[in-house]
Amino acid sequence: MERTEEEEAPAAKDPNASLPSPTYRSLAAPVTKPVDKFALLPAFLKVRGLVKEHIDSFNYFITKGIRNIVKANNRIEARNNPSIFLRYNSVRVGVPSVQVQYIAEKITPHFCRLTDRTYSAPVLADIEYTVGKQYELKRKPNFIIGYLPIMLRSHACVLNGKDEAELARYGECPLDPGGYFIVKGTEKVILIQEQLSKNRIIIDTDSKGRVIASVTSSTHEIKSKTVIFMEKEKIYLQLNQFTKPIPIIVVMKAMGMESDQEVAQMVGRDPRYGDLLYPSIQECAFERIYTQKQALQYMDDKVMYPGAGNQKEGRSKSILRDVFVAHVPVESGNFRPKCIYTAVMLRRMMDAILNADTFDDKDYVGNKRLELSGQLISLLFEDLFKTMNSNAVELMNKTSEKIHSSPLDLSLHIKENIITHGLERAISTGNWDIKRFRMHRKGVSQVLSRLSYMASLGYMTRITPQFEKTRKTSGPRALQPSQWGMLCPCDTPEGEACGLTKNLALLTHVTTDQEEGPLMNLCYSLGVEDLSLLSGEEIHASGSFLVMFNGLILGKHRQPQRFANAMRKLRRSGIIGEFVSIFVNEKQHCIHIASDGGRVCRPLIIADKGIPRVKEHHMKQLRDGIRSFDDFLRDGLIEYLDVNEENNALIALYEHEDQDDVQRSSITHIEIEPLTILGVVAGLIPYPHHNQSPRNTYQCAMGKQAMGNIAYNQLFRADSLLYLLVYAQRPLLTTKTIELVGYDKLGAGQNATVAVMSYSGYDIEDAIVMNKSSLDRGFGRCIAMKKYTVTKEKYEGGYSDRIVKPQRDKDGALLKQNMRALDEDGFAAPGLIIRNHDIYVNKQTPRNTKRDSGAHLTDRDYKDSPAVYKGVDGETTVVDRVMLCSDTDEKLIIKCIIRHTRRPEVGDKFSSRHGQKGVCGTIVQQEDFPFSERGICPDLIMNPHGFPSRMTIGKMIELLGGKAGVSCGQFHYGSAFGEPSGNADKVEDISRTLVKHGFSYNGKDLLYSGILGHPCQAYVFMGPIYYQKLKHMVLDKMHARASGPRVLLTRQPTEGRSRDGGLRLGEMERDCLIAYGASMLIFERLLISSDPYQVQVCRKCGLLGYYNHKLKASYCSMCKNGENMAKMRMPYACKLLFQELQAMNVVPRLKLTEG
Amino acid sequence: MPKKGTKSRKGTDDEPKQEEKNKLPEHLEVQRTRVVCKGDAPVNTEGFQYAGAFAAMGIDNSVSADKFCKNFKVVVNRLTEDDMEFDMIGIDASMANAFRRILIAEVPTMAIEKVLMADNTSVIADEVLSHRLGLIPLDADPRLFEYISENDVPTERNTIVYKLHVSCKKGSPRLTVKSGDLEWLPEGSQLPLASPAQSGDKQKTYTSFSQSQKDILEKPLGVKFKDITIARLGPGQAIELEVHAVKGIGKVHAKWSPVATAWYRMLPEVVLREEIKDADAEMLVAKCPVNVFDIEDLGNGEKRAVVARPRACTLCRQCVMGPTGEVMGPTVEQVELRRVRDHFIFTIESTGALPPEMLFTEAVRILEEKCERVISELS
Repeated sequence: MERTEEEEAPAAKDPNASLPSPTYRSLAAPVTKPVDKFALLPAFLKVRGLVKEHIDSFNYFITKGIRNIVKANNRIEARNNPSIFLRYNSVRVGVPSVQVQYIAEKITPHFCRLTDRTYSAPVLADIEYTVGKQYELKRKPNFIIGYLPIMLRSHACVLNGKDEAELARYGECPLDPGGYFIVKGTEKVILIQEQLSKNRIIIDTDSKGRVIASVTSSTHEIKSKTVIFMEKEKIYLQLNQFTKPIPIIVVMKAMGMESDQEVAQMVGRDPRYGDLLYPSIQECAFERIYTQKQALQYMDDKVMYPGAGNQKEGRSKSILRDVFVAHVPVESGNFRPKCIYTAVMLRRMMDAILNADTFDDKDYVGNKRLELSGQLISLLFEDLFKTMNSNAVELMNKTSEKIHSSPLDLSLHIKENIITHGLERAISTGNWDIKRFRMHRKGVSQVLSRLSYMASLGYMTRITPQFEKTRKTSGPRALQPSQWGMLCPCDTPEGEACGLTKNLALLTHVTTDQEEGPLMNLCYSLGVEDLSLLSGEEIHASGSFLVMFNGLILGKHRQPQRFANAMRKLRRSGIIGEFVSIFVNEKQHCIHIASDGGRVCRPLIIADKGIPRVKEHHMKQLRDGIRSFDDFLRDGLIEYLDVNEENNALIALYEHEDQDDVQRSSITHIEIEPLTILGVVAGLIPYPHHNQSPRNTYQCAMGKQAMGNIAYNQLFRADSLLYLLVYAQRPLLTTKTIELVGYDKLGAGQNATVAVMSYSGYDIEDAIVMNKSSLDRGFGRCIAMKKYTVTKEKYEGGYSDRIVKPQRDKDGALLKQNMRALDEDGFAAPGLIIRNHDIYVNKQTPRNTKRDSGAHLTDRDYKDSPAVYKGVDGETTVVDRVMLCSDTDEKLIIKCIIRHTRRPEVGDKFSSRHGQKGVCGTIVQQEDFPFSERGICPDLIMNPHGFPSRMTIGKMIELLGGKAGVSCGQFHYGSAFGEPSGNADKVEDISRTLVKHGFSYNGKDLLYSGILGHPCQAYVFMGPIYYQKLKHMVLDKMHARASGPRVLLTRQPTEGRSRDGGLRLGEMERDCLIAYGASMLIFERLLISSDPYQVQVCRKCGLLGYYNHKLKASYCSMCKNGENMAKMRMPYACKLLFQELQAMNVVPRLKLTEG
Repeated sequence: MPKKGTKSRKGTDDEPKQEEKNKLPEHLEVQRTRVVCKGDAPVNTEGFQYAGAFAAMGIDNSVSADKFCKNFKVVVNRLTEDDMEFDMIGIDASMANAFRRILIAEVPTMAIEKVLMADNTSVIADEVLSHRLGLIPLDADPRLFEYISENDVPTERNTIVYKLHVSCKKGSPRLTVKSGDLEWLPEGSQLPLASPAQSGDKQKTYTSFSQSQKDILEKPLGVKFKDITIARLGPGQAIELEVHAVKGIGKVHAKWSPVATAWYRMLPEVVLREEIKDADAEMLVAKCPVNVFDIEDLGNGEKRAVVARPRACTLCRQCVMGPTGEVMGPTVEQVELRRVRDHFIFTIESTGALPPEMLFTEAVRILEEKCERVISELS
């Protein structure tokens, strides 16, 4: 039966409808397809991947650093008798082991985690020493000087180089990146510390607006800060050792540069420099200082501690040599390098005065250095090593002073505990106290968070600042352009640490120190002229540049660009280290060469006039396994640039993209992949470049709170608190970073079908409405595991606690019902349900722990001290595991892991990957939920108000991409800035896939109401979005109280949920009640429900009396009678206030009126 | 062609009666009987509930049993062991929705409710393993069983007992535990209660079966699908447990829902307002991803678009709305997508306990019981 069109009502065309203007494809399409360079990312991460900077830093310490420290302090001798000595010949780190009954047993990291031990290895040294009265020389190899905690997966770790099967045998997760320590069973991370560069000139203004040039010098022996500032047109030196600022010309004369003309030439022959320098020269002449001797005498009068020491040359000269710009060496009293350095500082300062563009930015990433764990442990080890040697010398001196003593043996006085316990205590507490440098830092090491896999990775890439977090200055917190590619722009906390705590980007590498001597010689070979051969006039000749090496002035070069190109060519061919940085600073007329540790750098593809050196055949060889990432470096295809050197480069994001303002031939480097400017945690976000930036930052915070899987060995660990998602999934719309870091194997969320619509009002304020059937089938179901530890204590006299079996009556029934979870050995049985107030370890303690030794205790001498489980009433928790081990004091430790499987309930917190968090507002039956024409019933309903003001377009695209993914059966990608290179799917392509499978291109479906049955009045945006379950659950936060404990002092309810405290009525709540006029409610909350107390008040004198319960009469102590007493109720805290005032001789008197 | 025949018969029967009735204008008739799916939103979604909406024009809009009996039809389009699709014609959306809701939430099935865990050394926690067991569809007719309450004793009339005893020996490769490993125990529970046994008395177990379930059932009770993965055991791990399945409804837990899902959609209707010819016709055909339209050759070199398969429409709305950025075709204003308000294409996907056609009859019976209960309570 064919339908015929109705002729009665023809559809008239809308005359206002206009066709949209057609779009044209770009006429500048690329002629060739760009080379896909993504395979370089996993190749790089294999070599220098995640947290490798931690491991590299520690490896540098245990291979070179510890050797240098011991070599620098390799001989100790008795003070009175130099023939008695001990020498350390070589030092190395052994295999991780623990001393059990004088036998070294090898240990694994997991063994240390479970048994609360420190994963450490002995530091072995070959020593030779003299012994006996004849000073006989002896040698002793493998002498243990201490135990060093070992970073996991470093060279000394047993996990180094192991494959997946071997790691599983050790009980480790192959996805665990390592890079942390295990101290007393706790995983500790030494966070990356951000510092200002040492030995570098910083031009800045201080709080008074003065222009200052400052250098923080750091050498092996001393750290000092040198500040030169200008005030009232005169230039001064400020140093802690001097009581007053010293005029700078006096300092120059004191260092031997007596001629004013020479100083002026050294600064520069520009007349403007002379004008700025003239008032200082005049001031020096005014002080009548013309010679070096006079200058030194002038400075000697200003020394802070003049009486200290009797030195021939005077204190000020030694200060100038050792403290003033301490990193510039003074050889044989030659102060000329320091004079030149000071002149360069003056010149830079005057440049800044003349041109504000030349100020330095302290927040510029190139002016920062990152201190990693190897450097921090190096400082600590050196301090402890010196302390150990000093103690040994002191003991030897005391011993050798006695006559006819036992044979003198220095090796007996070496106490290995100093190093062992010092390192362990520092890493355990996070307090770095080094006396020599007056370093007192806290929070250096923190417990590695195992809340989720992402939380662990985020910890390893975190950078902590040295600033006070309470300062509100915006400079250090602002996002720096120099952070591009080095630090993640999104991953930073909200709140007080916002912008200060940062995270490394994906391809960032932090350098370690490289040897300086050969590089210096190479610079001289390439034409650097030594400054000692040049006059001031020649130093600043036009066209020639200074060459500074790690903050030291090497000399001058007349052809700077050629010198820089030659150095770079050598670096690209592998002759010098790949991390050496060559930065030509045109403004400063200086070439900076840096080979020190702590610089952030990243790999980039070298381009010759815009054409990349990496070709398709190189990538094919990489994919086939023939070529590795190091081959790219060696062949000069890829190189590392640090932040400073990036200023000399022009880096393009993609190939073949000509801009109007940039010529293609001027491009020097090309990014490997733009998604690498984000870090590990931010790399989880799909389409972050389509989101508002704060939403990405919020997701970086919440991604670490998401439950999921934390490691392959998560069920064999003994963490204090562990959250797991039962059915964790991999995101449907994934990113390349997710695959690179292994998040697809340890997911922390589930793909939920989300309908963006209004429903029932329970989705107010970001709450979500959830489908009950989805929860029934396992959506959002999680497991919380908690560890409870019981120690079997030992007491004096050999007594100890004991574990007894549960007590039963003659019929075999339990005497106490709360022992039902116990097995016959007195411990809770795995698999049994344990409830609130149940006993999980049936422990007894001796009543008298100080009894005479040897006496035998009977049952009557013990008292019950069981370990009782505290949980929520009505919840079913299960004993998962019981572990027994002995700690380092040979005590028995019982660890009970209790497991609780939870189902989402109203109030639990969920979040998508775009900072859109919400609690569960209500749970609705599936039959009441709307459904689509394909029968799809959403798992949750999201309020559409969540989108407009937050601008999370990336979330919308994620919905489309996920929907296309389930339609065509493939994962879709949403990597950052990935559309041009194919690492992110375009919206047009996703929409085409949707249309091909019968969906609307904009992702909106026709839904039918589940309650009424007819279609909804709008098409609904519906599809899968990856949702994370966050750790904030009602069961952990729910609190109510009718009555409970009180504080002893104020008799008010205790504070906090864990102490069964009262619910707080804050000042704002009080103000609201006052404004509302609810007086009786205030009265009830602040008195009746808090701390009511009945006091006896004397009507006559107004003071507080007391009630004598024996005589049943009130009494006033002041009036000495009870005739005028009245009873009233007041808060006990108020009574306490009155009594405290009386204790301070303030007499509060009450005037009573009849109520 | 029974479907076409049915429609033809309906058309033939309606023709004489239309002459007697007053007809609504075309646009009002569309508003009364169709949901129009425009490009940006559907309109006329709720229809007219008021019986006297068109009384002024002589049309009776009321619901009556006679009209329902006369007009209602059920046409089964597809019926397999696990799913069926049928048309319900001449019924209101609320009634269709009532059947959907009853199917999801109120038709009872048997599902595992109690798990007695004797041994579980696998990596899956006890509670998670129990949850997974509860979601396994069971091949048991729930009509043969009674409901059980907390105080009832499990008997052969209200409980099914299964046993699972799997172990992976040391040295052997990994083992996958599947739902087929669940073993039916027709005699009842084999686990003894933890009470001291008296000599001579029969050992008390968790159930009280007075006779074997084999005697009262025609076929053995098992799981519907034997290849559902329950757990994976490594070497040295074992699972030993006994489960009790009871009768329940999906409103309490989704594991008792007899359908994977049940839903309906209204019959699509695609109307070409004017003739679309030649290149425009080809463009219209190419736009549709599910081939709703077709090309009809007019003979003299001309072509025009016809609606060949309106049922296949999935409402991608490509024909009524061009994607942003694309050239808007001339066919946008010429096509109208509609849904017939009283024609429901109903789909039931059974989880296996009962075949889908019996599920629907059970739903009808439950609705009947509800109506009788309301009637009896009102009187």
